[in-house]
Amino acid sequence: MIAHLRRSLIFALISLVLFGFVYALAGTGVAQLFFYHQANGSIGTNGSTMIGQNWASSRWFHGRPDDMGPYAANPKKGIPGGDNPLVANGIHGESGATNLGPRSKVLVANTKALIAYWHKLGVNPTPDLVTTSGSGYDPDITPQDAIVQIPMVSRATGVTPAALKRLIAEYSRGPQFGFLGSSTVNVLKLNEGLARLVNHRPR
Amino acid sequence: MGFTWTIVTLVVALAITWRYLGSYMASVFEGRVHFLGWLERPIYRVLGTSPEHEQTWKRYAGAMIVFSAVSISVTYLIVRIQGSLPFNPQHLGAVAPALSFNTAVSFVTNTNWQNYGGETTMSYFSQFGALAVQQFVSPAVGIAVAIVLVRGFARRESSTVGNFWVDITRCLLYILTPIAFLAGIVFVAQGAVQTLAGPVVVHDALNRVTQTIPRGPIGFMEAIKQLGTNGGGFLNANSAAPFENPTALTNWLSIYLMLAIPFALTYTFGKMVGSVRHGAALLAAMVLIFGAWVGFTSYAEHQGNPAVAAAGIKHQPSGNMEGKEVRFGDTSSALFGVAATNTSTGAANASYDSFTPMGGFGLLTGMMLGEVTPGGDGSGLYTLLVYAIIAVFIGGLMIGRTPEYLGKKIQAKEVKLAGMAALIMPLTVLIITAIAVSTHAGRAGPLNAGPHGFTEILYAITSQGNNNGSAFAGLTGNTAFYNVIGAIDMILGRFAIMIPALALGGALAAKKVVPTSLGTFRTDNPMFVGLVIGVIVIIGGLTFFPAVSLGPIVEQLSHGRFF
Repeated sequence: MIAHLRRSLIFALISLVLFGFVYALAGTGVAQLFFYHQANGSIGTNGSTMIGQNWASSRWFHGRPDDMGPYAANPKKGIPGGDNPLVANGIHGESGATNLGPRSKVLVANTKALIAYWHKLGVNPTPDLVTTSGSGYDPDITPQDAIVQIPMVSRATGVTPAALKRLIAEYSRGPQFGFLGSSTVNVLKLNEGLARLVNHRPR
Repeated sequence: MGFTWTIVTLVVALAITWRYLGSYMASVFEGRVHFLGWLERPIYRVLGTSPEHEQTWKRYAGAMIVFSAVSISVTYLIVRIQGSLPFNPQHLGAVAPALSFNTAVSFVTNTNWQNYGGETTMSYFSQFGALAVQQFVSPAVGIAVAIVLVRGFARRESSTVGNFWVDITRCLLYILTPIAFLAGIVFVAQGAVQTLAGPVVVHDALNRVTQTIPRGPIGFMEAIKQLGTNGGGFLNANSAAPFENPTALTNWLSIYLMLAIPFALTYTFGKMVGSVRHGAALLAAMVLIFGAWVGFTSYAEHQGNPAVAAAGIKHQPSGNMEGKEVRFGDTSSALFGVAATNTSTGAANASYDSFTPMGGFGLLTGMMLGEVTPGGDGSGLYTLLVYAIIAVFIGGLMIGRTPEYLGKKIQAKEVKLAGMAALIMPLTVLIITAIAVSTHAGRAGPLNAGPHGFTEILYAITSQGNNNGSAFAGLTGNTAFYNVIGAIDMILGRFAIMIPALALGGALAAKKVVPTSLGTFRTDNPMFVGLVIGVIVIIGGLTFFPAVSLGPIVEQLSHGRFF
């Protein structure tokens, strides 16, 4: 018993050093040395391509809704819509999904509100645009999700639908290696492309 | 089409892993791998032990229990004093006592049930120094127990079953750490974060949005989280968060890592007992059930979400996307879910709570089969061997002979131990669920109303009782009630099966081998595979059918009704 206890304490200490510190610090070293951009959050001038944002203005392509309902605007809970997408389960800074069940009345009502939100913007939404993601800040949409937003963005920016369609095609990524996962468009990269397009448009 | 190739590539990769990792693990536990001897030998020296010092099963079990108790205490202590420890850029304070206890038990029992949101609760020190350490150690303990049971069949008239300290050291140094480190590099290269710097504030000038983005040493923890069938993520959203699981490739790798060791251990078993065919028979039982569950669940998730349809979007070509990430899609999320629940991993790349009723049924019942298809690292194999012993016993009754498995007579003592190990989980889960639904504190938990609310409770107790750790996360688990019953559930689900498994190993190792004869019941052919599958499905099905019919089955059948 005493021998077990002594060995247990020693092994707990060895584990803390080897599988806690050495593993995590060696990993961090390799990551910072060879994958600096990814290891620090894939952050560019306008934010991280790994973290979705709330694109509230119709001048931009929108991502998928936040898990706090239509674009997180929830004045009752003091949640500022469009400012911080990292809101889940009512706790600021925490990722997560709505966790509403497939036969939830709340989910039906939320989805109806999201459909109405899109119709007001003149968009006929796809399922992805009215459902919230697992993380609450999905950075991607599918090419089809972007295409249905063309009328809205074209009206607000004056860029022709054909040019927007080309832009979406340019930023679309097929399934990884041709078979893994879905076709995606990164919303931040797409909007950065759109900004360049708008700025260089002949007037 | 893409999904077919995802399956094909996984099958090929896992088949190669089964053969080579399986035989490598046998070499490790038979003491033929030494490339880290310079590190291994000093560890034995400071512990005051050596591979030659073999233990009886009782001493082995004693070491395992004392070590687990010490691990729980150390983990509890670290998260309680994290406010005074370094590597805490967010200046997070101590975790509350009940939550700390639940979390410590959760990580030491390889469950990784999380009643907290990682990025707002745990300091970096707690994440890599307390939680990730147990993500290494707890699968090593599970694998060690499985190896004892394997030695029970491999050895003849032996009073000892191995040395606990040597087994876990070898498992950690030669199996878990090297594979996890290599996988960690892939996670980070694909976009998982790995930094000791704190959260970063970014401003998007286009969108006029300011975000605070949480970071941390995530990528390498992700690797051991999956390889060790742990499942406890750094971030609240777990593998749905892009910083944990950035691309479809890392999603594939996560699924592969979860399945690699549990499947490969059947080869290790076959090799160590001298009959790879016997290992292949167990593998076949695992694969057939696992494949059926993947087919069923991904079909269910490819159907649309009923609530979204009721809101007016009838056409959902990409399946149920509520709670799922675009980069994975419906079927790959379902595949991940089945891999996470049929192993004891419990990671989540989507909201399982928002799965369709039959999709959720697939995940829940995957756990209810006792985590043997293929189950957790080690726990999958030792629990499946328990079921195999019951199958041999039933087979023996049918042909009227004393049952034997690999030449070892299965007598009253072994059948009693196997029966105990097989029945403890259903008993624990059903009794605790009954307590939860009949108390106010228990009924306060669910987020969703109607049958789905009941499923949230049943899922939570099933998950913890099977050391899985996945959740129908709408349930508010961070209450005194759920923290305490959850901890009891996890302890019973782990140790009340491990101890009989070790006792079985000891009892079997002491027996002599009887020669096979014409009348011996074959345990390496399709008939036996069918019998084992029958035992797994009948034990799980009969015990849980009434409970499941009140949850997902009612929900599926209540067409047009919303709660």
